[in-house]
Amino acid sequence: MRPKLKFLDDELIHKITNEAYELLENVGIEIHNKSVISLLTDHGAKLSSDGKRVFLSHDLIQKALDSTPSSFKLYDTNGNETADLGGYNVHYTPGSCAIYFLDSESDEPRHAKTSDYLRYAKLMRKMEYIATQSTAFITNDVAEQISDSYRLYLSLLHCEKPIVTGAFTDNGFEVMKNLQLAVRGSAEALASKPVSVFSACPTAPLKWSDISSQNVVDCANAGIPVEFVAMPLTGFVAPITLTGTLVQHTVETLSGLVISQLTKPGAPVLWGGSPAVFDIRYETTPMGDIGTMMIDCGYNEIGKHFKIPTQAYIGLSDAKHLDAQAGFETSMGATLAALAGINNISGAGMLDFENLFSLEKLVLDNQICGMTHRMLKGIEPKEDFPSKSLFEELISEGHLLIADHTRKHIHDEIHFPSAVIDRANRSRYREEGGVTLKQRARKEIEQHIAEEMDECLTPEIRKELENIMLTEAKKNGMDSLPKII
Amino acid sequence: MTNDILTQLTQVLQTGDATAVSDLTKLAIDQSIGTKIILDDGLIAGMNIVGERFKKHEIFLPDLLFSAKAFYAGLEHLKPLLLKEKIASPGKVVIGTVQGDQHDIGKNLVGIMLEGAGFEVVDLGKDVSPEQFVDAAVETNADVIGMSALLTTTMPVMKKVIDLATERKIKDQFKYIVGGAPLSDKFAKEIGADAYCFDTVSAVECVKGFVKGK
Repeated sequence: MRPKLKFLDDELIHKITNEAYELLENVGIEIHNKSVISLLTDHGAKLSSDGKRVFLSHDLIQKALDSTPSSFKLYDTNGNETADLGGYNVHYTPGSCAIYFLDSESDEPRHAKTSDYLRYAKLMRKMEYIATQSTAFITNDVAEQISDSYRLYLSLLHCEKPIVTGAFTDNGFEVMKNLQLAVRGSAEALASKPVSVFSACPTAPLKWSDISSQNVVDCANAGIPVEFVAMPLTGFVAPITLTGTLVQHTVETLSGLVISQLTKPGAPVLWGGSPAVFDIRYETTPMGDIGTMMIDCGYNEIGKHFKIPTQAYIGLSDAKHLDAQAGFETSMGATLAALAGINNISGAGMLDFENLFSLEKLVLDNQICGMTHRMLKGIEPKEDFPSKSLFEELISEGHLLIADHTRKHIHDEIHFPSAVIDRANRSRYREEGGVTLKQRARKEIEQHIAEEMDECLTPEIRKELENIMLTEAKKNGMDSLPKII
Repeated sequence: MTNDILTQLTQVLQTGDATAVSDLTKLAIDQSIGTKIILDDGLIAGMNIVGERFKKHEIFLPDLLFSAKAFYAGLEHLKPLLLKEKIASPGKVVIGTVQGDQHDIGKNLVGIMLEGAGFEVVDLGKDVSPEQFVDAAVETNADVIGMSALLTTTMPVMKKVIDLATERKIKDQFKYIVGGAPLSDKFAKEIGADAYCFDTVSAVECVKGFVKGK
């Protein structure tokens, strides 16, 4: 039996979704993109007298829901299936997108360089419990206008895993699409085997910006999956109650869904988000708050009610360093998300309100993800009935360390974490240097990065990617791309 | 040819394949490779690699024990030859779980691994009194006395063993190692033991160190 977690009963889900339909029909959604407004009105949506708010009828929403796929798959840069997003399947991905990078030596935040991103991408190839990579942080050694596409360029070049990413510049989406086309070879191949998921974020309350709504349209046309990332903040730009916040999240996400499905019925999407409880004491948006996590799990249940695959920014922390708070907030979120069956769980490696990325934390979080994967396999009988002969063996031998039953089931039954997790008795711990979690994580990082790895992609594709990126860099005042060592 | 067989022996021993270890040991004997060479460069060399891999978390305790079981399968063929050729083991260790304590799994594991490293092991079992420890060590001319306890209430018996040897003025004839979940380096020092061994591999390393230093 797969263990499951639920916060909402069917009656409450119906109340929330019905309320969302009411709001979309009568309060409407503000859209700052004329072609998106036209798309909606062409399909019968009503427009407010000032031309800013669009009102979506229940029928239009239902039409969008009917065409939304209940699952889709992601493929790595070599075309191998990596993640099946649907049902109660759970996959992890690093959080994104941080502005700062936690320096391993000083333990202080700083701006990241290309060399930091290469270490991240190489490390991600070895994070066995984190299925997909993300463009986790930006580097500041390229022009700001290409900082979104440059991350994707580095990720495609140096790690084969599919990528959760997003465009935040005017021309970003086009360049990022072209990079993916270079990897796949054709628009058809890219649509049939997506290598990325793009985040598209409505603005709370009930608003879509020009770029974000355009990204939804562009992704749908290209067959690139979108994760809707609504960010209602309780008591600030959303109701103080968790239920009220869920209503708002549903409204904002359904509106994105309608834009996507009217653009191209069947376009793959994730019912995602990054809502938070707003901490009025510090004016911050804690991702590690239990209320935030409950909202995430709650909207996941609404997504499941609509039979749409889900995503959440959960399993991350607001701590500033790899400390106890970082561990407990991350593992609490990752565990709840896994039990709730959130299909794509974004958060690994992230600290400080999604502003700070840490490789050490990524290595720890990989272990947390591994443990939750074991948890999801549940407790299943494996040659446990009848047990008489096994217990007779135990009594006669005094232990079952080398019993056939042990040998057969030890690796699928018991999850053994890497040496990042301290399991030594105190004497062995001392003998091995008495090292801290951070030191053990650093050791694992260096071990992985030192490993010989095959280059991703063919030399021809690598060259094509470089040409695309260099052209964009030159357009934006750079003579060359940062040197990749 | 000699090296090929011995290399294969160390390899199959690492996989815990008792039948293959038995067959290769017989083959090595048939090929007239020296008994001590088969033992040292084949079986014990294989177990040393297994111990190192266990220490590095590359393999787990059951793997270690399977290798030990395979080691015995080979050793059975060598034992008569070792006796005949009067080849002594590198050292002798008397082990037991102390008086009042019935927990012997850790002690048994240490015994298996010590034998896997070529040592002669005299296992006194569980609930062993100080007199039994000291008498057995004297009778067998042991190098090391190894004591195990799981209960905090039986830990003081370890001190009694060392005190008894001191009283009989034979303390320095032996080295004393102690092990068990509630123990520590500090406790070992307090009772006058030579080492606290926190797991099976560390116990083997300790005994090797003592015997080498003799």
